[in-house]
Amino acid sequence: MTNRRKKILYFIPFVLPTLIAFMIAFVIPFFQGIYLSFCKFTTVNDAKWVGLENYEKIFKTSDFTDALWFTTKFTVVSIITVNVFAFLLALALTRKVKGTNIFRTIFFMPNLIGGIVLGYIWQAILNSILNNWDLTLVGNADYGFWGLVIIMNWQMIGYMMIIYIAGIQNVPADVLEAAKIDGATPTQTLFRITIPLVMPSFTICLFLTLSNSFKMFDQNLALTDGKPGKETMMLAYNIHYTMYTRNFMEGVAQAKAVIFFIIVAVIGFAQLVLTRSKEVES
Amino acid sequence: MTTKSKKVDWILFVVLLILAALFIFPILLVLMNSFKSQLFMFGAGFKFFKLPNAESFVGWDNYISGAKKIGIFKAAGYSAWITVASVLVIVICTAMTGWYITRVKNKFTSFLYYFFVFNMVVPFQMVMFTMSKLANQLKLDNAFGIIIIYLGFGAGLSVFMYCGFVKAIPYEIEEAAMIDGCSPFGIFFRVVVPMLKPTMITVAILNAMWVWNDYLLPSLVIGTKFKTIPIAIQYLKGGYGYIAWGDMMAMLLVALVPIIVFYLSCQKYIIKGVAAGAVKG
Repeated sequence: MTNRRKKILYFIPFVLPTLIAFMIAFVIPFFQGIYLSFCKFTTVNDAKWVGLENYEKIFKTSDFTDALWFTTKFTVVSIITVNVFAFLLALALTRKVKGTNIFRTIFFMPNLIGGIVLGYIWQAILNSILNNWDLTLVGNADYGFWGLVIIMNWQMIGYMMIIYIAGIQNVPADVLEAAKIDGATPTQTLFRITIPLVMPSFTICLFLTLSNSFKMFDQNLALTDGKPGKETMMLAYNIHYTMYTRNFMEGVAQAKAVIFFIIVAVIGFAQLVLTRSKEVES
Repeated sequence: MTTKSKKVDWILFVVLLILAALFIFPILLVLMNSFKSQLFMFGAGFKFFKLPNAESFVGWDNYISGAKKIGIFKAAGYSAWITVASVLVIVICTAMTGWYITRVKNKFTSFLYYFFVFNMVVPFQMVMFTMSKLANQLKLDNAFGIIIIYLGFGAGLSVFMYCGFVKAIPYEIEEAAMIDGCSPFGIFFRVVVPMLKPTMITVAILNAMWVWNDYLLPSLVIGTKFKTIPIAIQYLKGGYGYIAWGDMMAMLLVALVPIIVFYLSCQKYIIKGVAAGAVKG
């Protein structure tokens, strides 16, 4: 594609369809969303500019900050548990144990199941267990919290394990051999060689678990529905609830969504920068 | 040394076996309970973990009543259509876009590239209200229009992945085809697409998993008229939060079967594709 006219001509079939869809589904709604967060509205057409009122209203009640705190706690616990289990499984499955492929297939499978289906499966299981002590999942916010952690682990461990396995298999064999000849113990090899060399995998996995836990919605809706009260309501669900269940709160919900977006974007970039600097060239 | 490590491997094998059982167990529980009456699931005595017996077994009753309530087979049809059509459209359109904006370098295309990347960090909640209203105004709130919405919202990740792989293809091959008189369409479909095949499989799998399991987007855009599987399952929960658990178990199993069949039949591609997607994302 050399000349200018030809480039413009081929822009139409190659880029335009995607671009139009991208405008409709993302670009226009995104900017409209930012604008509406400064407005009072019930539909897009009756918006009235109110300045920062929506943002002030968010912090007049504690529901948003409660959801933020609950989500943060959940995210921290999930990141640690998912990555520890996934990494241990990856180490076990790279030792050439019998049936490695079958184990890998089994551990990865829950990742394909959608959040709503997962949520109801685990609601039934956890309730049937708690029932033995006359308890229910929505009787105490702690049960819901750990229920969500269990779901997250069941769903994400296999996925992260696959990424760690790929990382561990990429550790050059000659480096490991050299360590062995120099008399390194298995623990030393693990902490001084394997872990630094799989740092890129850690970056990816931390990023994926962080954003998946922080943005969780379906599992939250299906497992606890935010109950008891709104104690197990996570951020994404809080925004949805404010937008569609409460009346005349659309502006506030949109403002919450803008804050949610800023947090997600900042954390995402910050973590990428932070862990990238720890990567080691082999 | 060797006997010791052999012993460790045996212990490891047993631990893995137990863990694997724990991973499969929830699905077996759903299967088991889908044939039981709701009365034999909850309450004291770990009833949920007991196999159906003469007293609790209800045959296909749960399947029949659940399917009647939420039209699960129609929902499966909608889910299948929306997933297949969206994935096909996304795989082809974003490949063309990714190739064009990588090969034609100017300010506008690099601006587009960064905007597509930006799309990946924006959570859906940010645009859910405005996008569903816009889709409604443009009459995209049907089983065809939603494909355009999926193309638009899924474009970020897919274009980004294609751009990464196109950059790795040596430009000389395309140049040679061009000198031989090949048109840009010819170059793209005859030269670039065959080389992009592994990326296309990755993009297809990632998007298929997303669209098939997606709940919020279709429930806002087409939810009242066209119920996909996740929407139908959620619909089983009545207005007052009451759930008929017998029906629920049967419908969950119906929702699980296609996923498990799909996974077991092409798990090699799925695991590879997901790993490749994560590395690039």
